[in-house]
Amino acid sequence: MSTTVATPASVERGESPARRAVRRFLRHRIAVFGLAVIVVFVAVALLAPWIAPYDPVQTSWTAIRKAPSAAHWFGTDENGRDVLSRVIWGARASLMAGVVSVLVAVAIGVPIGLIAGFAGGWTDAVLSRIADAMLSVPFLILAIALAAFLGPALENAMIAIAITFSPVFVRLARGMALDAKSTDWVEAARALGNPPWRIAVRHVLPNIIPPLLVQGTLAIAEAIIAEAALSFLGLGQQPPAPSWGSMLNSAQRFLENAPWLAIFPGAAIFLVVLSFNLVGDGLRDALDPRADRR
Amino acid sequence: MRTIIAAALALGAATALLTGTAQAQPQQQHLRIALREDPDILDPTLSRTYVGRIVYAALCDKLFDIDEQLRIVPQLATAHRWEDPRTLVITLREGVRFHDGEPLDAEAVRYSLMRHLTMQGSFRRSEINTMESVEVVDPRTVRIRLKEPSAAFLSQLTDRAGMIVSPKAAEAMGRNFGTRPVCAGPFRFVERVAQERIVVERFPEYWDAGRIHLNRITYLPIPDNTVRMANLQSGAVEFGERMEPDDIQAIRRDRRLRVVAVDELGWQSLQINVGNGPRANTPLGRDPRVRHALELSLDRQAIVQVVYEGAYTPTVQPLPPANPYHVASLRPEPRNVERARALLREAGVTTPLQVELAVPNNPDLRQVGEVIQAMAREAGFDIRLRAVEFASGLQAAQRGEFELWLVGWSGRVDPDGNIYSFFVTGGGQNDGRYSNPEADRLMNAARAELDQEKRKALYEQLLQILVRQDRPRLFLWHRKNIMVHSARLTGYRPVPDGLIRVQGLRFE
Amino acid sequence: MWAWLLKRLGQILPTLLVLSFLIFGLQQLMPGDPALILAGEERGDPQVLAQIRAELWLDRPLWEQYLHWLGNVLTGDFGFSWRIRMPVAELILQKLPVTAQLAIMAFLIGTLIGVPMGILSAVRRDRLADWLANAVALFGISTPNFWFGIMLILLVSVQLGWLPPSGYVPLTEDFWQSIATTIMPAFVLGTNVAGVLMRHTRAAMLTALSQDYIRTARAKGLTERVVVWKHALRNALIPVVTLGTIELGRLLAGAVLTEQIFTIPGFGKLVVDAVFNRDYPVVQGVVLTTALIFVLLSLVADLLYMAINPRLRQA
Repeated sequence: MSTTVATPASVERGESPARRAVRRFLRHRIAVFGLAVIVVFVAVALLAPWIAPYDPVQTSWTAIRKAPSAAHWFGTDENGRDVLSRVIWGARASLMAGVVSVLVAVAIGVPIGLIAGFAGGWTDAVLSRIADAMLSVPFLILAIALAAFLGPALENAMIAIAITFSPVFVRLARGMALDAKSTDWVEAARALGNPPWRIAVRHVLPNIIPPLLVQGTLAIAEAIIAEAALSFLGLGQQPPAPSWGSMLNSAQRFLENAPWLAIFPGAAIFLVVLSFNLVGDGLRDALDPRADRR
Repeated sequence: MRTIIAAALALGAATALLTGTAQAQPQQQHLRIALREDPDILDPTLSRTYVGRIVYAALCDKLFDIDEQLRIVPQLATAHRWEDPRTLVITLREGVRFHDGEPLDAEAVRYSLMRHLTMQGSFRRSEINTMESVEVVDPRTVRIRLKEPSAAFLSQLTDRAGMIVSPKAAEAMGRNFGTRPVCAGPFRFVERVAQERIVVERFPEYWDAGRIHLNRITYLPIPDNTVRMANLQSGAVEFGERMEPDDIQAIRRDRRLRVVAVDELGWQSLQINVGNGPRANTPLGRDPRVRHALELSLDRQAIVQVVYEGAYTPTVQPLPPANPYHVASLRPEPRNVERARALLREAGVTTPLQVELAVPNNPDLRQVGEVIQAMAREAGFDIRLRAVEFASGLQAAQRGEFELWLVGWSGRVDPDGNIYSFFVTGGGQNDGRYSNPEADRLMNAARAELDQEKRKALYEQLLQILVRQDRPRLFLWHRKNIMVHSARLTGYRPVPDGLIRVQGLRFE
Repeated sequence: MWAWLLKRLGQILPTLLVLSFLIFGLQQLMPGDPALILAGEERGDPQVLAQIRAELWLDRPLWEQYLHWLGNVLTGDFGFSWRIRMPVAELILQKLPVTAQLAIMAFLIGTLIGVPMGILSAVRRDRLADWLANAVALFGISTPNFWFGIMLILLVSVQLGWLPPSGYVPLTEDFWQSIATTIMPAFVLGTNVAGVLMRHTRAAMLTALSQDYIRTARAKGLTERVVVWKHALRNALIPVVTLGTIELGRLLAGAVLTEQIFTIPGFGKLVVDAVFNRDYPVVQGVVLTTALIFVLLSLVADLLYMAINPRLRQA
């Protein structure tokens, strides 16, 4: 680890911050690998009709729960459907549920948290107690009420997930805002007469990006699994359409007799979550203004 | 990290040493039974759940019981006689005592029956509401008068409505009787921790004590099937009820376990909305030919094979083969997609016909929904599945917010309990609002007919209308109760009601 | 400081009040009629339904129901479960200790594994230890609890015969037996917490380690151990505290699936049964209890923020 102090190298080169970030990210080989895996998954989801070897809902009563073979690489499920094709098609629902709902949760939670932390006083008290209250409403109640009102659609499941996930982002952003607010440089900026919003965007936001990246990429796993719970309550993807979460759910009955039913969708979730986390780590480094010294 | 895992494993091993002995060797004649659900309140008058009846089999004796052939046999009663079609005289067993030492006499029987009939919130009322009065003739004899003749009445006394509770305890405890039930069964209540365990111990003064060999029974609710299996395999329990068909193979391979599969009393069906609100106004709800087409598109044997390893019995009627009123000539028609298509054409339906099927949110029934969807598609039905959670579903059913619904019934001994309220006009469970005056007439005649042969003929006529003509409900299969127990346990008698009778059970 | 604390405690009551009102509203939005469920096989009889509705005040206007319930709660009466006729307060007091035991064990496992693993990972960045720690953490997070739980039971109980596969023994009855029945579910829940805390600790430590003052500290010749433990860790703790308190709250609110798999009679099962059976007094009681837990934990979080960053005390 180099201990060279003073100006980052990039500034000397007169490079724009965006280019610098891209360059740093690409240098991060693991992160690039993660990104590649995500791109592959997205491509698989988009190209599902062309690359899936079988129709994902085509049942076959003569091929119930067959172990992986040359004809069915990932085996067949409890209705004789091809597991590989279902994993491929399931990528659509699961990636959507995982990524979009987390993005919405971030979009709701982070501004509220920043306002609470930065404004303090009554604003903070009210917003924080709302977040506490939201954390304590059982997911089930919200899911059942929404299922009745919005009906079974993937978008509605994403709304339910986003609502339940947002208080965590409120709390995270608020905690970081509180901490950042008390630092010398924010106080200096304030003394110089910068408006609060500019301080928030310029000085506080960059500080909270690392934990947000961590939490956001972790929440994807939770969201993919939550979608399955919702589809069971009549919200979200309805059978026979596949999603990784609901494939895992139906595999629960056969954990001993047909372990491949759980292993392949489970592995897909793990890979996607791992990749997003690697990309998150890479982004964190790329955006850290001091990281170039390594 | 490595040290932490090592420490955790060491801790695990240490606790295993501490607990291992207690777990591996059950106490002498102590039976541990894994239940599929946690029973509700243990008051025979107020309880609703099926699983509670399994516990009552040890706690509370009934006036009558049923045997393996579903025949009614005496228990607390020794004999019965109809003075006329509306008057039943019951003779009681002598020397029977409740768990609190009180004698069980005619007055106690009168008290219990009236409690079932009149207590606020009683779930027995609908079972015995034909009862008009109970008279104590002498300490060993009661006379029951009915408002109208009822062939099903006696069979109600073989279940919770026939359980006799100690009047003294019931008066003292009131609505809280269920927290410490006092009956006259072979075992008495020791303790209950909700969702955890119910413990009962041998009652030495039981009237039939010679057939009781166990000292103690612990009932443990373990809802997850895999975990129930794990408990059986590791010897943490000796009996598991209502296991899944998928496990039969594994159990047969395990020499320490025995499996018994008994036909149940109930059925599984597709209920069709034929007259409840605007959702009934579909080709499926209006036209029996369309319902017939749907039925012809299904291969019941294949459904049962795919989802339940072929363990259940395909059916077209509400009465299982074990029931004396089962109509042997009514068998499932073979699947016939061609005829189904022809029927749809004849009915003037443009295919694909969109139908919504509501399925309960449990894994195996959801799979059944997917199988039905795939089969019916070939005949021209486009079935959309909708997973519904229990309470939402109940309300939707009542309000007629459904077209097609996968729904089951745990079943009763008497045929009336499997048919009447599901088909009679205005019946409590007739959510599709089926109504046919001729069917109503036959149902009412059959429930009042005491002669078995005549009654059988009435049901045969009725079922022809229900399952061959109008088809407001398509029956699919009868389940099996799959019971698993330790090979060391002997004396289990499989009765179709799925209860675990404790008489004769013992560890070798 | 004391004034601040008092003000915070004063916020609890209004929060619970508003929440209870919201839950009442949500219950109206939920489909499903409690009377239909309670009537069971008699649900076709309008008289029975009317009788149940009258008894439970379900036939009154919403505001009347709410005020009736609120009035009782203010006198300490949380009502009784419609389904099993037990007082709500008693049910909660019965289940809470079980869940608390499980939650605390899981949280300890989670923090004791997660935080050190995160620090190690940050200090040994891009080395084998970092890789392994990340893989384990992400595996813990993306593996559904039911799968992990059942696998543990099959391995530890069925194959090895070390621990009872399911069930629960209270601490007061037999300490070691109690630990034996809860260690597996606590481990399943703990791995999730460990994964979350590991990832946050790692990221925060990396940020802290690249700050100016750390370089200053190093330049001053402080040992690496002092740098890591005293300076970097302290500044890394804010997000870890945030997530730690939320995770603890979630554990205390009850983990349904894990409780179900290991047949632990805890809070999670109580909530789910109450919601599915529309047992509203129990739902209300449970939600209020959970809300109290979350409000108190966010107070704890703020106190910890101040301990970490003394400047926040002035704010």
